[in-house]
Parts: sequence; C-alpha cells; structure tokens
Amino acid sequence: MSHTRQGRISIEHLGIRLGSGDQAFEALQDVSFEVEPGEFVCLLGPSGCGKSTLLGALAGHLQTSAGSVAVDGQAIRAPHPERGLVFQHHTLFAWKRVLDNVAFGLKMKGVPRAERLRRARELLATVGLSGFEDRYPSQLSGGMQQRVEIARVLINQPRVLLMDEPFGALDAQTRLMMQELLLDIWARIGTTVLFITHDIDEALFLADRILVMSPRPGRIIEELRLDFPRPRQVGLTTTPRFGELKRHILALLRHGDAPAAVEELPRLSPLGGHPARVRFAY
Amino acid sequence: MTAAIRILRRPRAGGFPVGRWSLRLASVAVCLALWHLLATRHVSLGIVTFANVPPPEEVVRAALGLISSPKLWAHVSSSLTRVFAGFVAAALVGVGLGLLIGRSRRAEDTLLPPLELLRPIPAVAWIPLAILMFPSSELSMIFITFTGALFPILLNTIHGVEGVDPRLIASARSLGGTRRAIFTDVIIPAAAPSIVTGLAIGMGTCWFCLVTAEMISGQFGIGYYTWESYTLQNYADIVVGMLAIGLFGMGSSALIKGAGRLLMPWHQPQRRNS
Repeated sequence: MSHTRQGRISIEHLGIRLGSGDQAFEALQDVSFEVEPGEFVCLLGPSGCGKSTLLGALAGHLQTSAGSVAVDGQAIRAPHPERGLVFQHHTLFAWKRVLDNVAFGLKMKGVPRAERLRRARELLATVGLSGFEDRYPSQLSGGMQQRVEIARVLINQPRVLLMDEPFGALDAQTRLMMQELLLDIWARIGTTVLFITHDIDEALFLADRILVMSPRPGRIIEELRLDFPRPRQVGLTTTPRFGELKRHILALLRHGDAPAAVEELPRLSPLGGHPARVRFAY
Repeated sequence: MTAAIRILRRPRAGGFPVGRWSLRLASVAVCLALWHLLATRHVSLGIVTFANVPPPEEVVRAALGLISSPKLWAHVSSSLTRVFAGFVAAALVGVGLGLLIGRSRRAEDTLLPPLELLRPIPAVAWIPLAILMFPSSELSMIFITFTGALFPILLNTIHGVEGVDPRLIASARSLGGTRRAIFTDVIIPAAAPSIVTGLAIGMGTCWFCLVTAEMISGQFGIGYYTWESYTLQNYADIVVGMLAIGLFGMGSSALIKGAGRLLMPWHQPQRRNS
C-alpha cells in the first residue's frame, strides 16, 4: 500500500508546558522517540503523565515549548487530516447521520456528495456498521460510536492514526472486540498507529513496541519490542510470555518515581489541561 | 458480531397520552371554577379582594362580543404583525450578535457591556424614546416588542455557542474543517437547541411587551384593546385581552418549539417517564 512508506513520526527532546502563571506545569520533559512508517506503537503510562499531551502536540492542537515534533520530516504546526485523532469519548456530530459524519472529511476536501457517501458507506462496512448509515450517533451503543469515529478519521487516509485511550470507556467485552477490529483494519491499511493507554493488557495485545512513560513530567523510561506473531488472537493474553512482560511493566510503573507515582494526577486531554477550559482562536 | 451489540432506541415521542392531557385540561377547569367561585361570591381575603373581578361568564360574554365585532381582525392582525416584525428583527440581531459574541472574546468585550447595560431597562421605559426615535408609531411599537425579545434570544445564543464541546471543534479541525465549515457544520448546529430555547422564550416576551407597545397605538391591537378597556373601565374586556395575549403567546411559543423539533430530529430533550 502507498501509506506504508509514509507516516514516520520523529519526536526530539520534546517539552510541553501547560497552564499559565502560577498554574503552569511541565507536562512533558525531554521526550525523544521515533515511530517507523506502518508501525503500531503503544504509549503506556499512569494517568496524568502527559501521554495525551504528547498526542495533542502530534495532532497539532498544542504548542510545544521545547524540541521538535515532525511527521515525515515536516514539523507540525496545525491540525491536518493526514494525522487522524481519536478521543476516548467520541466526538461525533450529533446532528449528522452516521453516514454524513463519516463523509465529513471528504466534504471538507470538496469531494462531490455521491462519491463521498459511497466511500463512507464502504468504510462503514469495513468497521462492521452496514445498515446503520441513517442513524444518529445518539442511537448507537458506545462501541459502535467509537467505530464510526474511527471510520470518520480513516476516510482521510491518514498517514498516522493518533488514538487517545479510544476504548477506555467501553466495557471489557466490547473493548476486546474493538481491539481485534482495530488490528484487523490496521493489517489492511498499514497506517502508522500511536495508541495511548494505561491498560497494560491492551498495550501488550496491540503493539509492535511499547513505550513506557514515567509520571509527570512524562519521560520515556522503557522501550519494549513485542515479537508476538500476527494476526493476534485473544488466546495470546494467557500465554506465559505475555504474563511475564505484564509483570515486568507493572514493576516498572510501580517503581518509576516512587513519591510521585503514589498520588493520582488528574487526566490531561490532547487539548491541554481540563478540556472545558480550552478556548480556541476560532 | 453486530447482533451482540445493543442498540439504544428511545421510545417514540408520538402517540397521544390521554392521561396527561386530561390532567392538563382538568387543571385549567379547576382554575376556572375557582375563579368563578371567588368572583361571584365577591370573596375578600384582606390583602386581595375579588369583589370587583369580573366572573368568567361575563368575560365569555365580552369575548363573544369581541369575536363578533368587525374590529376583531384589525386588532388581531395588527398585533400579529407587530409581534412578528419585532420577533424576526430580534431573532436576526440576537442570533447574529450571539454567534459573534460567543465565538470572539473581542466581540464579547466590545459588544456585551453596552447590551448588558440596556438589558434591565423595562419596555415601558422605552416608550418616550421609541416615539422620539422612530418616524411612525408603528415602528416605535415594533421596536418595543423587539427589545422584549432580543435579550432572551441573545443570551441563549451566547450560552449555546460557549457551551460547544471544544473537542468537537478540535475533531473538525483535525478532519480538515475550514473556519467557515466549523462555524456552519459544528458551532451553529451544536448551539441550535439553545438558540431554539431562546427563540421560544423571546416569542413569549414579545407578547409580554405587547400591551406596553400598543399603548402608543391609536386604534388597533389586542394590547391596545386591553389598554383602552382599562381607560374605559370595561373590566371584562381587559380580561379578554389578557387571555387573548396569553393564548397567542403560548401558541406562538409552541410553534417555535415544534419547528425546532422538526429541524433538529437528532435532538431529543430529556423526558421524565412518569
């Protein structure tokens, strides 16, 4: 596929400060890593460690205060449809039918209506939602809403897919189904995926590589390459190797930075601090 | 695998809930009966007395008189025209300014303070200036209904725009949404339920200001009819005018809400079940 050569993420000495005045704090400090085109990388870390902040910078919604963030050598300055962002809670447009939600990106590109609806229909079939085109988002279950959200991002054929705990709000069974679906889609389109989670099982099940982050200010404290064969099935989660890696990561997270790790930090969003306080230029 | 996923479907809002409607009618009937008793018995409760309140029968007779009067259509049509003109002007200005103020901090800082200053001024206080400022009394009256409707529409629009989830805007930008598309495809529809609420309230306050507005009128209008009846001490006619305004106000607010439901099929206000 044409995407496979595109979608290299390069992050060098990235630092991000959030908040202003006395409230300002260092969300990320000196973070550096690369993601290969077509690679599936999970960023794993405790709540509030700045992993969503990092995603926000990659999406182009947050300003960096140090270092650089680039995709395919191009520094990121603003949001772009080539970098698709999926939030933990869906951001579907309640007033648009499922089909029009998915077709939104193509509408912005000026694709004629018949053509964009045809492609949206195809993508809905890919995520297993044929027959739900004319529903409104509020008429779908949480898992289905998240599938529409993913389809809506994929219609732009993004070079990188940025996912902020996309299945974190789903029940365990739906989450498992969504993980398999995501791997299935990823195997077909081969786009780069940067997936944020605090669920160790999820990271181990999905990723080619896991980057473990410390509590705030977030730094990468460990890199794990996973050689589990693909396609992966649920049975993987009960293998001895899986359990071994899980224990290793648990230990890492527990001993990362002892004093700071104890206190639970509030969740950050890819848009900065608390989502409600963000105000855009337009 | 789709079979395993439950679909949340709300019960349809249609159908005719006979029980609730009979309760509503019964409530109105009880109020009428109470009014009848209080007025015919000339009940006096110390601080409030019903001795001079016309009873319902007299009001019905007055209403029939108005209905058979050749002036009825002139009264109704001139009031409807004034309310409609004032409301449309207020909707255009209120929604327009509200969208602007809700989106831009600079617009908020420049436009909102003077508007907030004007907001508490009651319609009746505007009468002299309205007469001085506008070339015809018709326009003065429309202006007064306009002041009544403007602020609920404006404030609800601002509230709706400011309440738009920033994640929706971020998503739209990530999907390639242009500034213009974000405004038309995200901000306006997201604020729409709040705007419709503002319009429905504004419609009500428009009627609320009608008597005040039509004090200026020389001849026609339901408000004028009410005011004239007061100066002529036709108490039953006053009540007829009051009830007519109440009915028209309620009806036109319901029309706005109905139109809102038609235009926003996705929006289902939370309903209580019992």
